[in-house]
Formats: sequence, structure tokens, C-alpha cells
Amino acid sequence: MSVLVYTESDKGILKKAALEAASYGKAIADAMGTSLIAITFKVSDASKLGNYGVDKVLNIESIDEFNAFIYADAIKQAVEKENSTLIVLSSSADSKYIAPLLAIGLNAGYVPNVVETPSNLNPFTVKRTAFTNKAYCNTEILTAVKIVGVSNNSFGLIENTGAAQIEAFSPILAESSTSVTSVDKANDKVTIADAEVVVSAGRGLKGPENWKMIEELADVLGAATACSKPVSDLGWRPHSEHVGQTGNL
Amino acid sequence: MKILVCISHVPDTTSKINFSDSGSKFDSNGVQYVINPNDEFGLTRAMWFKEKQNASIDVISVGGSETETTLRKALAIGADTAIRVNASTPDGLSVAKHLADVAKKGSYDLIITGRESIDYNGGMVPGMLAAILNANFVTNCISLEIEGTIATAVREIDGGKETLSTLLPLVIGAQKGLVEESDLRIPNMRGIMMARKKPLTVVNPESNNSATKSVSFEKPASRGDVKLVKADNIDELINLLHNEAKVI
Repeated sequence: MSVLVYTESDKGILKKAALEAASYGKAIADAMGTSLIAITFKVSDASKLGNYGVDKVLNIESIDEFNAFIYADAIKQAVEKENSTLIVLSSSADSKYIAPLLAIGLNAGYVPNVVETPSNLNPFTVKRTAFTNKAYCNTEILTAVKIVGVSNNSFGLIENTGAAQIEAFSPILAESSTSVTSVDKANDKVTIADAEVVVSAGRGLKGPENWKMIEELADVLGAATACSKPVSDLGWRPHSEHVGQTGNL
Repeated sequence: MKILVCISHVPDTTSKINFSDSGSKFDSNGVQYVINPNDEFGLTRAMWFKEKQNASIDVISVGGSETETTLRKALAIGADTAIRVNASTPDGLSVAKHLADVAKKGSYDLIITGRESIDYNGGMVPGMLAAILNANFVTNCISLEIEGTIATAVREIDGGKETLSTLLPLVIGAQKGLVEESDLRIPNMRGIMMARKKPLTVVNPESNNSATKSVSFEKPASRGDVKLVKADNIDELINLLHNEAKVI
């Protein structure tokens, strides 16, 4: 028995959401009296995970680009190798892409958008957001293997003093007929998914040319920029900045 | 090309969210139901494939007879036939399994679902459906082009977008951006009249599996009033950002 956490990275560096997922996984592993294992893909700073309670890291070097099917297959093999009964992921776009595939592969119950550690381990009960953050739903997972998606910025980072043992992991992977042909991403901006502070503006700014002050303020605060639905509909700002029911939460 | 568009019957975006039976059930009293907005973006893109590439569109929903008004609206928008799986749905896995049972028989080239429903926000149905069907899958999809059996899709990622090449059969999780709000279609009278004559088939569920159970609901604490600061009151703004929001 163990808890396994998928710790996501960008260009080989662990994301903040990965450290939060590890912190969350450590809290449950302690409650279950078991160890916490992390799986990483081509990460250069994996030892850092020890500071967030990870006992062992399985690092995969053989996969070059993100592919949800291949990642889900690799995580499934890690779960089977480590006899994990609980898998923790973040609420990033990639984690939410992987988790349902993994749930079917492992016959596991999956609860996303979880905001607290379990209120009960048996039956395993977690609190998640629902109705676009207008409510919480206490949800039981009924299966032997369980998957939890932690809502970003809900649990926080909890530092530990342990050291993680790093092990190379080489799962046997099938080919995929889906491949990434290009990525268009601003590397110097804080994303809404990772942000602790968001500066949001609406149509009152009169036009896209006035967004410079929002961007400057966000820059000073280390915040992400966001906008209302009409602003995104008008094309003043990209849809990825739209916060709300049909945008990002 | 055969397209299946999965439609979720959800409370209108402006609905007041309340719970009954000591917080164990969603209170649908006075709630208007609509096509899940993410599904409607997908249906609108499917209409484009119908008009430009001669695709056929089936729409499907899992639920009781109350979902038929929503399916009729999808028919009025332009879908050809509708299917309702007459089942209750305790969780996303059960929805995916019911959809997969029908999809397997239909040999669809493209299955479109919303990336998530706006009620439970689980976002798991499209991926689970793809995994059960062993189909390719792209979620958070903001662009989709199909030529022959090759699909080019754009996926929204944290802080940007990613272009993918994949093959049919394909499941996508649609969202705003796949089409714009201004592209959405309001059914006209002719469409509404024609929808009455289009076939709506009710099928019984073949499986009844769930992996999670919603035990109880609660509402978050009130967030308090929005604070408006006058444009010339910089001291107050600084004070609030420093002492209350603690961001500077």
C-alpha cells in the first residue's frame, strides 16, 4: 500500500501545483500510515520533493513530450509497481486530461476539484467544489483504488524535512496516434491555474489598449491577469483569461 | 462522417443553487434547465461539419424524461436524431458507460462532449468515454479541423495553447473558442416545428456502474461585499491592498 502523486513539471522544473499535490499526498499518507511516492517526467530538481514529504521519486527520462495517453499509461504502471491505492494529481489542464484515462485504466473512482484532506478514510470521503464554486459536495469513493484531483491553491505548500530517494523508472509504453505539433505559450506570465493573486478587469476599461495598466499591476504583484466574459467575447483578451462558468474557474 | 454530440441537461447559468432533504439533494424547484454551454459550443461546431462536410449528427443525453426538452432544442438547432438513455446518473463514470454502450453500436467517427458540465464540473466524462471506447481524445478543445481520417485540434493549456494531430475515431471535450458565443444558434420556428418530427429514441441502460457517491452538499460562506474605491482615493487603495488583501 502507498500513496502515489503525479508531480507535474514545465521544462524539467517542478510546478508549484506539483509541490501542493505532494503536500496533500503527504498529509493523507501520514493518516493512512504509509509512504508517499512521486512520479515525475524528465525532472531535474526531483530531490526538492523530499522537502514536501515525498519518500521516493520515480523519474522517467524516456518520454520527451506531453501525451495524456502515454502519461496515463506510465502512471498506471507506477501504481501497479508500487501497489498504490491512492493517486493524487493537481487540477492543472494536463492533470485533468490524464486523470479520467487513468481512472478507466485502473478501475478507480476519481474525484476532481478536492479542497480538503479526507474527512474520513473509511468510507473515503472528500469535499469537492461543484456548481461552479457555488457549492461543495462531500463525495465518497467506492473503489479499492482511488484518484483525487486537488484544487489548486486550496491546500497550500507544507514543508517537511525528509529526503527523497530518486529511482529511474522505465515503463513499457505503446505508441500513440496523437502527437503535439506546436505549443504556443507565454513563458514569462503567471497562469491563472498557478496564481495566488489575480488582477481581473471588465468592459469598464473601454478597450484592449487600456489593459497595459492591468498587466503592469499584475506584474508588480506577481499576479495573473483575468477578464470577464464580455471582454473575452469581444476579443479584447484571450479566452484563456476568461474567468467564470464557461471560462476558467 | 457520423457525429455523436453528448448533451447534458443542466441548471441555467443564472440559477440559484439550493439543496433539499437536509443537504443531500439538489433542489430543482424553480430552476430552468438548458443545454450545457460547453456542449452547445460542440453542437454548433458539429453543425459546421454537417453543413460543410455533409456530416450527420445524433445527439444523446442520459437521464429521465425531463431531459427531452433539452434534446428537442438540440434537434431544433439542427441535429438529425436524438437518443435518451433512460437512467439516473450517480457519477461521471456511470454517464460515460451509458454513453459508451450507445456509441459502440453507432460506429461514430467523432464524439463531441462538453469539456465539463456546469453543474458538477467533473470534466471526466469525455476522457472516460474515450478510454472505454479506445478512441483518441482531446479535451479543452478550442479548434478542430478534419480531413479524411486526420484531425487537427487545438487544446487550451495553462497559459497558452497546443496543437495536436490525431486520427478518427476521436472524442473531444469542447469549450468556448471551438466556436464563439456569437456563432451559437437560436432555434427558429421552422427548426422547432421540424424538431417535433425528428426521431427521439429512448433506450434502456445496459450497465449500472458507479465509482463515487455524492453524500451531501453544502454552500460556501458568503464572500462579503465588493469594496469600491474612488479613483482619487489612492491611500485607501494602498491600505486595502496592503492590510486586507495582503498582496503588497
